[in-house]
Amino acid sequence: MASIELRNIRKSFGVVEVIKGVDLEVRKGEFMVFVGPSGCGKSTLLRLISGLEDITSGDMLFDGKVVNALAPSKRGIAMVFQSYALYPHMTVYDNMAFGLTLEKGHHKDEIRQRVEKAAEMLQITPYLDRLPKQLSGGQRQRVAIGRAITRDPKVFLFDEPLSNLDAALRVATRIEIAKLHEEMDNVTMIYVTHDQVEAMTLADRICVLRDGVIEQVGTPMELYETPNSVFVAGFIGSPKMNFIGGERAEQLGAHTVGVRGEHLTIVPENGTWSGKVIHTENLGADSYVYLEMGTEEPVVVRLDGANNYRSGDVVQISPMMDKIHRFDAAGRPSA
Amino acid sequence: MASDAMAPITLRAPKIISELSRQRLAAARWFLLPMLAALSVVAGWPLLRSIYFSFTDASLTDLYGAEFIGFGNYLRWTTLASGKTIYRGLLVDSAWWNAVWNTLRFAFWSVSFEAVLGMIVALVLNAEFRGRGIVRAAILIPWAIPTIVSAKIWAWMLNDQFGILNDLGLRLGLLSQKVAWTASADTAMQAVLIVDIWKTTPFMALLILAGLQMVPKDIYEAAELDGVHPVKQFFAITLPLVRPALMVAIIFRLLDALRIFDLIYVLTPNSAATKTMSVLARENLFDFDKFAYGSAMSTLLFLIIAVLTILYIWLGQVRFDGGDR
Repeated sequence: MASIELRNIRKSFGVVEVIKGVDLEVRKGEFMVFVGPSGCGKSTLLRLISGLEDITSGDMLFDGKVVNALAPSKRGIAMVFQSYALYPHMTVYDNMAFGLTLEKGHHKDEIRQRVEKAAEMLQITPYLDRLPKQLSGGQRQRVAIGRAITRDPKVFLFDEPLSNLDAALRVATRIEIAKLHEEMDNVTMIYVTHDQVEAMTLADRICVLRDGVIEQVGTPMELYETPNSVFVAGFIGSPKMNFIGGERAEQLGAHTVGVRGEHLTIVPENGTWSGKVIHTENLGADSYVYLEMGTEEPVVVRLDGANNYRSGDVVQISPMMDKIHRFDAAGRPSA
Repeated sequence: MASDAMAPITLRAPKIISELSRQRLAAARWFLLPMLAALSVVAGWPLLRSIYFSFTDASLTDLYGAEFIGFGNYLRWTTLASGKTIYRGLLVDSAWWNAVWNTLRFAFWSVSFEAVLGMIVALVLNAEFRGRGIVRAAILIPWAIPTIVSAKIWAWMLNDQFGILNDLGLRLGLLSQKVAWTASADTAMQAVLIVDIWKTTPFMALLILAGLQMVPKDIYEAAELDGVHPVKQFFAITLPLVRPALMVAIIFRLLDALRIFDLIYVLTPNSAATKTMSVLARENLFDFDKFAYGSAMSTLLFLIIAVLTILYIWLGQVRFDGGDR
């Protein structure tokens, strides 16, 4: 159980500054997700917390104690890598037990118990005698998670753990990680992803990063309902939020108006805006209609159930006025 | 269609070779052909001839008039009137067994040192530092110099009168008197070993380095999180993972070392302390005009190398398919 505090953390690689002054507090037992586009510094931030990279300036505190120069193994952390990073020449059991056998004061039986308990939690007991190469990607990732659990860490770090899995496995493993967080409610977890769905479904709080600075920190619903920038508004939520500028926005008193696809309705007449259908996607439970109306990207309307619109149809749409987001020229919300 | 898919899978299903696989097989055969032809001409035929000559009484002056004498070159005996039996031939030739012993000693020490030093050099070169590319290229220089040239360079450095080693040793007080490194029976083998290790360590280092670079970096990060001490990291992670590359590198070197000739021929000619199987075989073949006897040596040399190599591959469980990854 540990709280983590980052105070004005900076990290440079040579002349390139990757993390440009980050202040953040991760609470005890919290599931915090770092999310952002590639190159935003989210993985670097995680590696700074793990101690695999040294911070250039600022302070890193675990439970109020500065750990800037503390070796990774002494921070009470465990990490799950995107590439699993299993020892290829060791069996699953040895992979999971290796860290414990190196720590002093663990009896053989205790190690066996802890490994078996973790294996049971993750349903990898049948594979304990196998080598990593004999396992599928999903099984390997569970072994990597198991190895982390066995170490009984105070802080659990995940570096894009689902990126190498196929879509179905990704969902299944995501649910397992969520369950894990419920079972290990005294362990602080930090999870890096570029996938906003993972962020939304797993996080207690999300930290959105962009170009080495924090854009916004908040619960998933806070970010969804009150994004404090165009960037966050566009990053959180699927399909992506529609941004409408120019005259249409000015009429609503903003430089840019953001409105999500699910907050647009197609109306028979007297709509706020009109557009030409250029493409439709039917997903069964819901469907997306893409409209060309002179904006940078086509406007997406999300409808319940299937729809019968065809390319070329001209339709009228209206936003739910209480659900629109107004932004000023700097991309910040305007009141 | 559905019923086809439901059909039980039989274990003895006819092996279907697609057009593409067949083309690939054919292409592979054509690519192999020139190599096999060249090998049989430059290696296969001479080998068979040598083995044949070892069972004859051939001499350089009359190669084609050689007569078959069975195992006479290897072992023959005559029983004297007194009842005493005298054995002759390669298998009871003390010069030969001295050469075998020299060769094995040389191979063991040179390959051992080269493996350890090569590993150390490879680990250094695997670390990231400025100018690594240049160092990697520079380290190959000893390997690139022709053996005759490097043997001569070292012969001068080791020279008892004018050599720089003796000079340095005396000035630094390490030696009390000049040493005839290559001529003295006590130091000749060491001299040969030093030169061979100097020359071949880079080769070993590069082969091991290739293996090291196959080890994914994130494993070391996982190890760091596990709190694995660097020494333990080497023995528990690095060594097992480069083992396949190391074993193959060692076998290359072992084959080379067991048939060492040029370095010893140039550096310590005619010294019983360093004479190896190859040197002795050549001496008999050409200098002493005992062509059949030399051929018998060559044949035994071939057998010894073959047995050692097979033993090594078998005991070391060497795999040439890139190991267990």
